[in-house]
Amino acid sequence: MGQTIITWSVRIVVYVALVWFFIWTITNGYFDYLVNNFEEFSVLLRQHFQLVLISAGLAILTAIPLAILVTRPMFKRFEGIVSTIVNFGYTIPNMAILALMMGVMGIGFKTAVFALFLYSILPIFRNTLAGIQSVNSSLIDAAQGMGFKPYQILFRIELPNAAYSIIAGVRTAVVINIGAAALASLIGGGGLGNWIFTGIRVFDNGILLSGAVPLTILAVITDLILRLIERKIVPRGTRPESS
Amino acid sequence: MIQYNNVTKVYGDDITAVDQVSLNVNEGEIVVLLGPSGCGKTTLLRMVNGLETITDGDILFNGESIQSLNEIELRRKIGYVIQSNGLFPNMTIEQNVTIVPHLLKWDQNKKNERYEELMSLVGLDAEDYRKRYPHELSGGQQQRIGVIRALAADPPAMLMDEPFGALDPIIRERIQDEFLSIQRELNKTILFVSHDINEAIKMGDKIALMKNGQLMQFDTPSNILQNPANDFVSQFVGQDRTIKSLTIHFVYDLVKTIELKDSLSSSATVKKASLDTSLRDILGFVLESEEQAVAIVNEEQEIIGYLDFELINRYMVSLSSEDDPVRVP
Ligand SMILES: Nc1ncnc2c1ncn2[C@@H]1O[C@H](COP(=O)(O)OP(=O)(O)OP(=O)(O)O)[C@@H](O)[C@H]1O
Ligand SMILES: [Mg+2]
Repeated sequence: MGQTIITWSVRIVVYVALVWFFIWTITNGYFDYLVNNFEEFSVLLRQHFQLVLISAGLAILTAIPLAILVTRPMFKRFEGIVSTIVNFGYTIPNMAILALMMGVMGIGFKTAVFALFLYSILPIFRNTLAGIQSVNSSLIDAAQGMGFKPYQILFRIELPNAAYSIIAGVRTAVVINIGAAALASLIGGGGLGNWIFTGIRVFDNGILLSGAVPLTILAVITDLILRLIERKIVPRGTRPESS
Repeated sequence: MIQYNNVTKVYGDDITAVDQVSLNVNEGEIVVLLGPSGCGKTTLLRMVNGLETITDGDILFNGESIQSLNEIELRRKIGYVIQSNGLFPNMTIEQNVTIVPHLLKWDQNKKNERYEELMSLVGLDAEDYRKRYPHELSGGQQQRIGVIRALAADPPAMLMDEPFGALDPIIRERIQDEFLSIQRELNKTILFVSHDINEAIKMGDKIALMKNGQLMQFDTPSNILQNPANDFVSQFVGQDRTIKSLTIHFVYDLVKTIELKDSLSSSATVKKASLDTSLRDILGFVLESEEQAVAIVNEEQEIIGYLDFELINRYMVSLSSEDDPVRVP
């Protein structure tokens, strides 16, 4: 109960601050730039979407199967080495990954996507792995004893019970990815980062905020949508509040 | 129906968990695997449905070596209940109960009927629980669901690994009684692991008492209590083994070999008890009655004779064989 009150007070403070911030920016005419250059805005927004969707999509398609693979009895011995590699990749700052990739692949959209992809793998991989490993072994035992086939254990027991953790990993990865995608502009990958970095370079709050504010809104809305998806597909009996 | 032939299980190179065990579980019988922690009960049980491999020897299910049978099909023919109930948190109670029929591709109506039938078997309201999740149930309710889930596809045999071990004593007793009355109707062939001698006496048609992977004695509860095969068995069943065995002998057993007294010396009225009263309860009545006797009545409530301490004593002595090898430590 006390916790709910705290959560709500924090939320209200944040909302009030946001509203105040918007009034401030609009009264200062900071969005004039956005309105006047709406066509360019939609191009940048679309690029940003593409950067995020492609890189995060590929990361999901790589990390989840990889985590499933290394939790199968046959490949269990590779779990340590795979985890080490993935974890190591994550300790490299995302700027550095971008720079390294540029050195290897040159500049442009593809390089940016690839760097973002690499950077999104870890949160998804780590959460999927943890989720599957934390499924109570007595459930697996019961399932085996009742005659589940291995793929039935995976799809009916392990993944549903790990779903909460997996989706939390995806959410983290995507939200980080949306922010990191702004850096793509540094290597010619496009996206809302173009305006942000231009704004910084020329000390123009209008250009800067026309890039930064939509980026923030994008991140918040995506997080919200992913939370809704989570509500939909995580079985009620396995949500943390249920135990 | 389940036959162990010289079964041995070695983990790794040198942990012999089960050592040359041979025993037979007949159809419709409950055999309790009993023994201290680590003696190999769980291992012995899990070899039947292939959850553990057999190092040496063989296990026959319905006369066929389990190693020649399809593992998945075999498991679906053998109900499996574990101590931590193993209910799937991501599924509703209904989905949990009907999971094996679901895997066997029963049609929806049949699954539904079966679900309702099973729930009424353990006295739970089918509608109330249908859409609930395991975490919304008490421990006792969860364990009941665990049991009926194992019964769902009507398997001829059941493996139960300390199924009631995590429950508090009162609920445990109640579920034991409930399960025994279900078993009286269903006549499943059951292997039941326990480390509690009282539970074993109550549930078992036979008890297999183990120590360090070896079978110490395989016999009826009454014989285990009356004629322990060695020191380990007598120590395990405890000093009060005679008192324990009173709980599994009933007046109708006693009257088969011993004649009740026609009358009592005094004419005072004494407590009445029916033929299906346990001798333990009778002894209690005898101890608290001034006449030191109980009147035994038949179904029509007519007194058919009197039972006193002397007769109980004579009966219990007659149970243990003359050459009882056990020295009381
Ligand atoms: N997977 C395993 N690997 C190695 N040793 C094992 C394994 N499983 C069991 N053991 C060993 O085999 C022996 C028998 O274990 P088991 O689980 O069958 O005992 P139990 O009689 O069921 O005990 P409890 O009453 O504590 O459940 C023990 O010494 C145990 O340490
Ligand atoms: Mg055990």
